[in-house]
Amino acid sequence: MNGAVFLAVYQRDLRLAWRRRTEALLPVAFFLVAASLFPLGVGPDPQVLKLIAPGVVWVCALLAAMLSMPPLYAADHADGSLEQLLLAPGAGVAVAAAKAAAHWTISGAPLVAAAPLLGLLLGLPAEELPVLFVSLLLGTPILSLLGGVGAALTLGLRSAGMLIVLIVLPLAIPALIFGAGAAAAVDAGQSPSPHLSLLGALLIACLLGAPPATAAALRIAVE
Amino acid sequence: MTSSNTTRADNGTMHTVNTSAATAAVRPRLTWFTFASPANFYRLAGVLGPVCGVIAAAFAIAGLWMGLFVAPTDAVQGEVYRIIFIHVPAAWLSMVLYVALAFWAAMGWFLNARMAFAFARAIAPTGALFTVLALWTGSLWGRPTWGTWWVWDARLTSELILLFLYLGYMALVAAIDDTRRADKAGALLAIVGVVNVPVIYFSVVWWNTLHQGSSLTMGKEQHMASTMLVAMLLLTLACWAYAFAVVFVRARAIVLEREADSAWARALVAPSNQGR
Repeated sequence: MNGAVFLAVYQRDLRLAWRRRTEALLPVAFFLVAASLFPLGVGPDPQVLKLIAPGVVWVCALLAAMLSMPPLYAADHADGSLEQLLLAPGAGVAVAAAKAAAHWTISGAPLVAAAPLLGLLLGLPAEELPVLFVSLLLGTPILSLLGGVGAALTLGLRSAGMLIVLIVLPLAIPALIFGAGAAAAVDAGQSPSPHLSLLGALLIACLLGAPPATAAALRIAVE
Repeated sequence: MTSSNTTRADNGTMHTVNTSAATAAVRPRLTWFTFASPANFYRLAGVLGPVCGVIAAAFAIAGLWMGLFVAPTDAVQGEVYRIIFIHVPAAWLSMVLYVALAFWAAMGWFLNARMAFAFARAIAPTGALFTVLALWTGSLWGRPTWGTWWVWDARLTSELILLFLYLGYMALVAAIDDTRRADKAGALLAIVGVVNVPVIYFSVVWWNTLHQGSSLTMGKEQHMASTMLVAMLLLTLACWAYAFAVVFVRARAIVLEREADSAWARALVAPSNQGR
């Protein structure tokens, strides 16, 4: 992996996001709006809300991450800079990793920060909030990494948005199960650490596997 | 398209593909890659497709006869258990075909073989069909025995996710207009998917056991009557043969469409050869 390329792409993406701040805040706004629809949909019963809160927060985070994926490579692909980026030796993996890292910093981290607030809104007990926070902290990078594969595979396609959701969500199911399961385990009086350990293992696997897969998909898209 | 034209050069005589002389000329060079040539594959699949179809029909008739008339009524479940004869083969093939899809995708990726990609694409709809069949028959079976159409049991859930993986592959391949890119992108997705299948499966199993325990288990009898087993095996073979037949026919159509510019394909669809 090319460290200089990684840093350059990462910093550039952050700078671009900083110059379009409203756009960068859209995922977290979606996250809050979508999650607040659930009490309206299922009713305000605190018992029910407390039960479904971890799952609701996790599913909304999953959807927010997927919906913010299509623009990740789109602009660079459209103006040709992606092809130039991929020319440097060993750059594919570096670009993929930097893009995923930038996506997490811009849209994943705000989700993690907003999650305890949503947990409170949904009546989650105080002892479950840190677990939900940690599970999202471990889980949202997985979503950014897997979403990167989907974004690269669907680069430049007409229906890229829906396609990313369709092809990445099945792959993200383990993260959802262990992430939402961690908080639910606390609710059931169990330790959340097995869930969090498995989530950490998934994160390591995705860190190793997703950037090369994304790089391969990018090469297919620009060749 | 340029790549297919350059590889076409060594098959310059292929416009005489329908004459027995050409068949004889090709035969001495039978290697592992003989049928990786679209023209050769097209002829082979034209023979194997109908043969597999006939085998499938024969096994299906024998298996259905065994299953519906010879096999005894189950002591616990009564007549309803007979859906096992289609349910189990369908569930089995749904999983095997996904691995086959990923295998041919990987072959296409590493060997850069066009036929392998065509095969992967041809397998996907049949695999999805068997997944739907397994879910559907399982649902029909679950209603009288479990009292519900659906439970979020680990097996049912993982089969449903398998269906999503098939749908994702087919949607991605269909959405990309450029054939070469569609092949490779689909192959990458299939390979990523097959790596994930064990992870998904175990996560679903653990999710299920962590949460609700085994409230419902397969109410299967301990010892199957030998006629039941024979009927199930016959229908499994029928499903295998059907899958082969349909995949050959579909791959043949895909190849003909892709090689539409090549000499052998033109000769094949020329008016003088119609009806062959």
